[in-house]
Amino acid sequence: MLAMNYRGPRRVRIDQKPFPEIKHPEDAIVRVTRSCICGSDLHLYNGNVPDTRVGMTFGHEFVGVIEEIGPDVHNVKVGDNVLVPFNIACGKCAFCKQGLYGNCHESNTQATAVGGIFGYSHTAGGYDGGQAEYVRVPYANVGPTVIPPDMDPDDAVLLTDVLPTGYQAAEMGGIQPGDTVVIFGAGPVGIMAAKSAWLFGAGRVIVFDHVEYRLEFVRNYAQCEVYNFREVDDVVVFVKKLTDWLGADVCIDAVGAEAAGNAMQTITGRKTLLQAGSATALHWAINSVKKGGIVSIVGVYGPTDNLVPIGNVVNKGLTIRANQTSVKRLLPRLIDHIQQGRINPKAIITHRVPLEEVAEAYHIFSAKLDNCIKPVLIPPSARS
Amino acid sequence: MENLAAKYTHIPGWGIDADPKNDPTYPMKHRTDEEQKGYTWERPAQQPEDIEILRSIERPNVSAVFGTSVPPQGLSGQIRRFAFRYSESSYGHWLPLLVADRVNVVEGILDDFKRGHVPNIFAEKGMKADWKYNQKALVQTVVVGALITTAVVVLFRNRKNALS
Repeated sequence: MLAMNYRGPRRVRIDQKPFPEIKHPEDAIVRVTRSCICGSDLHLYNGNVPDTRVGMTFGHEFVGVIEEIGPDVHNVKVGDNVLVPFNIACGKCAFCKQGLYGNCHESNTQATAVGGIFGYSHTAGGYDGGQAEYVRVPYANVGPTVIPPDMDPDDAVLLTDVLPTGYQAAEMGGIQPGDTVVIFGAGPVGIMAAKSAWLFGAGRVIVFDHVEYRLEFVRNYAQCEVYNFREVDDVVVFVKKLTDWLGADVCIDAVGAEAAGNAMQTITGRKTLLQAGSATALHWAINSVKKGGIVSIVGVYGPTDNLVPIGNVVNKGLTIRANQTSVKRLLPRLIDHIQQGRINPKAIITHRVPLEEVAEAYHIFSAKLDNCIKPVLIPPSARS
Repeated sequence: MENLAAKYTHIPGWGIDADPKNDPTYPMKHRTDEEQKGYTWERPAQQPEDIEILRSIERPNVSAVFGTSVPPQGLSGQIRRFAFRYSESSYGHWLPLLVADRVNVVEGILDDFKRGHVPNIFAEKGMKADWKYNQKALVQTVVVGALITTAVVVLFRNRKNALS
């Protein structure tokens, strides 16, 4: 079968790989019909996530058709059209039982800090991902969810990560009616966080980025204020001025390790890997939020250390909330939002690319060419 | 709570100020305090261990399912095995893994050659997209690269001639 094949930092290609097999009684094999490239895939693509092995297939955002199931799979059947949350979750451990499906303790042997994630290095379990024609899906009774018949597959594929992650970012902000919410990052997750902030009753939503076409998009898509941080002297002072000199009620880091905007962070976090990614957005979030405010982190960082002003967290009495998104927990609510027309996720898809052109798709997304916001890979069988 | 209070009667005032609403993990966590029971949940069936899987020393066992992509091999595999002697809290774990990743890239290129495949680095970097959407910058990069290479070659030749 055709599958994306990681060859080293900023080098990927399409190759023939063996078909996946059922390895566990609760496994399913899914024929992929859509798979996205996620902003967090770029951390892998750039070689920033430890234990990313040459030969691995990335891809944790995908939908498809169940082709085969193990003997203990009862909740889905062959032929079902399913969306597959990016978390691999057993549903039985103490964490899954409490709704923390992103923190499953039975899906990742290599690291305890994170549960298993499809196609996201051996630090997240060593599973091949969905940027392929077929993929093995463990715990098929828990994750895969049948796509409602009236739902567009382009909407469904964005329910596997991007929309739930943006929504959870807003949810973790504990937004109260009338709150001012500042979101750092106008990538797909930041866009969804801005849209979701209104659903929680925000009074004002402000987005910062430095990519003009993305700012323009989020301004129209999420009806929010936007600012290019390259055009202001000091982002934190700028936010203070915008918020009556007190700061925002809630700040959201929707960027993570690839953040631009601070030379020292860029050099130590992205170029030399002396810290686990560039923490510029998180730094700004901590310093821009008001005393007693909430910082919500969904941007992905590596597993080592980052330079952030933790003293200010203490002095300002901040609450920091963060997690890998618990996709399964949020699906019923988000499916309803889509069906009621409150959110139109597929509007962020700018590029539909044949799976065979995966290298170009990664480069277009990574270098932000052709006004790219969200690329979707389509395998040959889904095109015919 | 009532059962717990009976357990801590020897501590004056135990739990008197407990407030169930003071839970910053809500709504992410539907708190049942499951984890306070320890590793007691009914584990899923164990996936057969038919490949080498490296285990974090912060857990006592192999997770019930695991990925089977690219088991450790070669020099990078040796480095990875070394890294897994240390906990996730240690640089002794993560730095060797980053080194192993870079070694693995060279192994990947050698492996390609061994299988008679010459890797097309330009295609793997998606440069075709640059030609389509970013032609000016691509031409600029190629021209600057060519100029720097020419300058280095000329400098090297002149130096060689001067020495001989």
